[in-house]
Amino acid sequence: MPVADFEPVIGLEVHAQLLTRSKIFCGCSTSFGAPPNTQVCPVCLGLPGALPSLNRAAVEMAIKAGKAFGCRIAERSIWARKNYFYPDLPKGYQISQYELPICSGGAVPVPGLGTIGLTRIHLEEDAGKNIHAESGSQVDLNRSGVPLIEIVGEPQLRSAEEASEYLKALRLSLIYLGINDGNLEEGSFRCDANVSVRPRGTQKLGTRVELKNINSFRFVRQAIEYEIERQVKEIESGGKVLQQTRLFDNEKGVTRSMRSKEEANDYRYFPEPDLPPLLVSPEWAAKVQVPKLPHEVLDELTRSGVAQADARTIVADPRLVEVHRRVGGDPRRAALFVVGELARAVNEKEADLAALKFEPAQVAEVWKLQDAGTLSSTAAKEVLAELIRSGKPPARIVQEKGLAQVSDAGALEAVVDAVLARSVSEAEKYKAGKKNLLGFFVGQAMKELKGKGNPGALNELFKRKLGD
Amino acid sequence: MKVDLLPLSRVSAALAAREVSPEALLESSLERIRALDGKLHAFLRLTEGEARAAAKAASQRRERIGPLDGVPIALKDIFCMEGVETTAGSRILKGYLPPYDATVVRKLKQAGAVIVGKLNMDEFAMGSSTENSAFGPTRNPWDLERTPGGSSGGSAAAVAARMVPGTLGTDTGGSIRQPAALVGCAGMKPTYGRVSRFGVIAFASSLDQVGAFAQDVRGVALLLSAIAGHDPDDQTSSTRPVPDYAASLARGVRGLRIGVPAEYFGEGLQPEIDKAVRAGIEVLRSEGCEVKPISLPNSPHAIAAYYIVATAEASSNLARYDGVRYGHRARATQLLEMYERTRAEGFGAEVKRRIMLGTYALSAGYYDAYYLRAQKVRALIRRDFDTAFATVDAVVCPTSPTTAFRLGEKVDDPLAMYLNDIYTVPVNLAGLPGISVPCGFDNKRLPIGMQLIGKPFDEETLLRLAHAYEQRAGFAEQLPPLVEHAGR
Repeated sequence: MPVADFEPVIGLEVHAQLLTRSKIFCGCSTSFGAPPNTQVCPVCLGLPGALPSLNRAAVEMAIKAGKAFGCRIAERSIWARKNYFYPDLPKGYQISQYELPICSGGAVPVPGLGTIGLTRIHLEEDAGKNIHAESGSQVDLNRSGVPLIEIVGEPQLRSAEEASEYLKALRLSLIYLGINDGNLEEGSFRCDANVSVRPRGTQKLGTRVELKNINSFRFVRQAIEYEIERQVKEIESGGKVLQQTRLFDNEKGVTRSMRSKEEANDYRYFPEPDLPPLLVSPEWAAKVQVPKLPHEVLDELTRSGVAQADARTIVADPRLVEVHRRVGGDPRRAALFVVGELARAVNEKEADLAALKFEPAQVAEVWKLQDAGTLSSTAAKEVLAELIRSGKPPARIVQEKGLAQVSDAGALEAVVDAVLARSVSEAEKYKAGKKNLLGFFVGQAMKELKGKGNPGALNELFKRKLGD
Repeated sequence: MKVDLLPLSRVSAALAAREVSPEALLESSLERIRALDGKLHAFLRLTEGEARAAAKAASQRRERIGPLDGVPIALKDIFCMEGVETTAGSRILKGYLPPYDATVVRKLKQAGAVIVGKLNMDEFAMGSSTENSAFGPTRNPWDLERTPGGSSGGSAAAVAARMVPGTLGTDTGGSIRQPAALVGCAGMKPTYGRVSRFGVIAFASSLDQVGAFAQDVRGVALLLSAIAGHDPDDQTSSTRPVPDYAASLARGVRGLRIGVPAEYFGEGLQPEIDKAVRAGIEVLRSEGCEVKPISLPNSPHAIAAYYIVATAEASSNLARYDGVRYGHRARATQLLEMYERTRAEGFGAEVKRRIMLGTYALSAGYYDAYYLRAQKVRALIRRDFDTAFATVDAVVCPTSPTTAFRLGEKVDDPLAMYLNDIYTVPVNLAGLPGISVPCGFDNKRLPIGMQLIGKPFDEETLLRLAHAYEQRAGFAEQLPPLVEHAGR
């Protein structure tokens, strides 16, 4: 059977670091990039006698995710120890949740795919990092104890592309919720994939392979595609897919076996005796506010008249949504500014969305000048570009650049009269019916006014003077 | 009698009356330790420098902080103390210097106590004789050929030998009450959650509880008031307010109902202990207590359930001793080899046995049959006590089935050793408070202990009963021959 005759079945497990200020079981800072082993204490170092104290902020973020995805929030969930030896795991066990997780069920909305079901979301602590150098291996425990949620998706994905779309949607949702920064490179958003294949039309699931070390969207697609093909080839050649964990080699674009089912760890889960059950009262859960998810914002934008394509561009980056909101006024016009002038400035590195120089509300001031005829549309664009670059007040930009249009009737009339006085023959021709000479007159006047004349007003004046 | 031979509460009173200075008291304590510890080996190390500074500070205070101000106290080597080697009796932690104080250590320091040193124990509190210490056994001051019990053997022996008036220990299955019984002092394990475990090196987290030894019950009450209470660093610690335990002793015991469980007076109990404890019960009856027979039918299953739960938790708690960050690290070129050798060299035989038992009990496919079933037995044992406490205020029974046994007598028979905790283990499984008080001697003049078991967080009733009994019986005042010979 060719590859097309097989149906891939994919489920993703995502580990997302929560954006709490301190770690999940101690008061150490969670900030990234500090010198090794400077954000540690007896608790996250696993020193003898140290005990965990739960950070409620981490629980609230898990509740937020659970509510956003429509999960059941357990009134009582329990902590469990996952036991294994590794140098970056200071206690020899990870405090996690096993039998009773904080969230179960629910689904993630994925544009184009509807929703993808969730099995569960549970809270746990991150491990440290092993650093391998020529001189030997070292351990950095700054990350030890950073709060994580593990989001286990149902195996409802049917291609590498779908997996990638799901992952993008999930990542964006977590960013919207303000609980994760979505940084795959720094490892604050990590993904493992469970992949199996089965002949199309059959129900029974094939043997599942777990893929690890996939740290970009491109690698997710590559790793899964490679793995699907590998499994199909294996079956085609009369072999069997073995249950195992495989590591993705992103330089070669292949997956290779890390450990077989027989070599798999027996994690010896048991309830964590150092922590009482995690109780989430309905009142507590109700108090946790859930911001809008990307698809909700998209709906709102399109309903307010923003073009579908523009809305999608804006929704893809919550910072753009924020700018759009703060620009205010007509949502369509604000959207055009965001996807137009602002996007262009960002592209040309004249603006940084992480540190905008201007106050978005000032955009409306430019519109006002334009609507009042003080600025031509070209001049308005120039003012906006400068506003984005420097953040100077629009009125000052107009003044400094001398962009104001001359609309004063008296001033314009003097120029119009001068132009007509030196263009007697053209005026005769116009009067004789050569109406397209109007452009010539306006052009002459504009030249005189150094381009700042109000073209509408000039048109009117010439017509009147030439007897139209 | 010299002040330093007095029980804790009277030492405290003498300090309050300025009959003795904290410095003089410390010096006589150190002197006795130097004189006797070569034979006893109760101490693993002294903290003389810190102790002298604390005693000096105490004597310079215009007003005493409280009843422990200036009182010499020693700690089982399971409590982390900043900058002071803390080993839990294990080679794997030899040389380990904690960077922080356990909550109870901090509380003792804040109460003005003078911390004299760290006491010997079975490795990681696993044992009932202190013979599992990597640093050699502690001996019983009543008979140097015998064990003081364990795992807090050093804590018990130091009090019985009047080296210090009070010590702290931990009790996971009887590790305070059994040694207290075997050396003839008072020792209390409070309710699970009454005292913070933060900074206490873990053996079995759901069973471990910090408690105190003193020659007198009032001394135990004073120590307990100082160390009990909620600790935000230990989320299993209770937020209930801490009563003034010593003050409650005056309330007497008239009208209290005490239950005598048939299951705790059966086969295997040394006849002299049976007799002494029954005599003790009669003393309480004569003090106005109502004595009732009760039944705790699931207690015979306690040892089996305990050795599943305790070893399972221990197998996980001791995983951190891997040679990566602190403690012993074996020479090796590969990671796995480093782990294996470090733990092979660092842990003693009993610790290895329990790690293997616990690892097995938690393994895939065995979890339900062992760990889960043990938890069910545990719930049944707790229910037995709940039922009993519907009709009685406390339970009274022997602390240990035998008096002090000979060193080496049970080292090759772990089961026999485990059975020494048969009357104490159910109390830990149920999370209840228990106290052992001296209640006589056997025909070899070895101390016998009587155990009182209370309702959750009702340490007061236990202390009242133990105190009332002690006032009548007077066994606590008897000095072991070792101390008598050393001269009063």
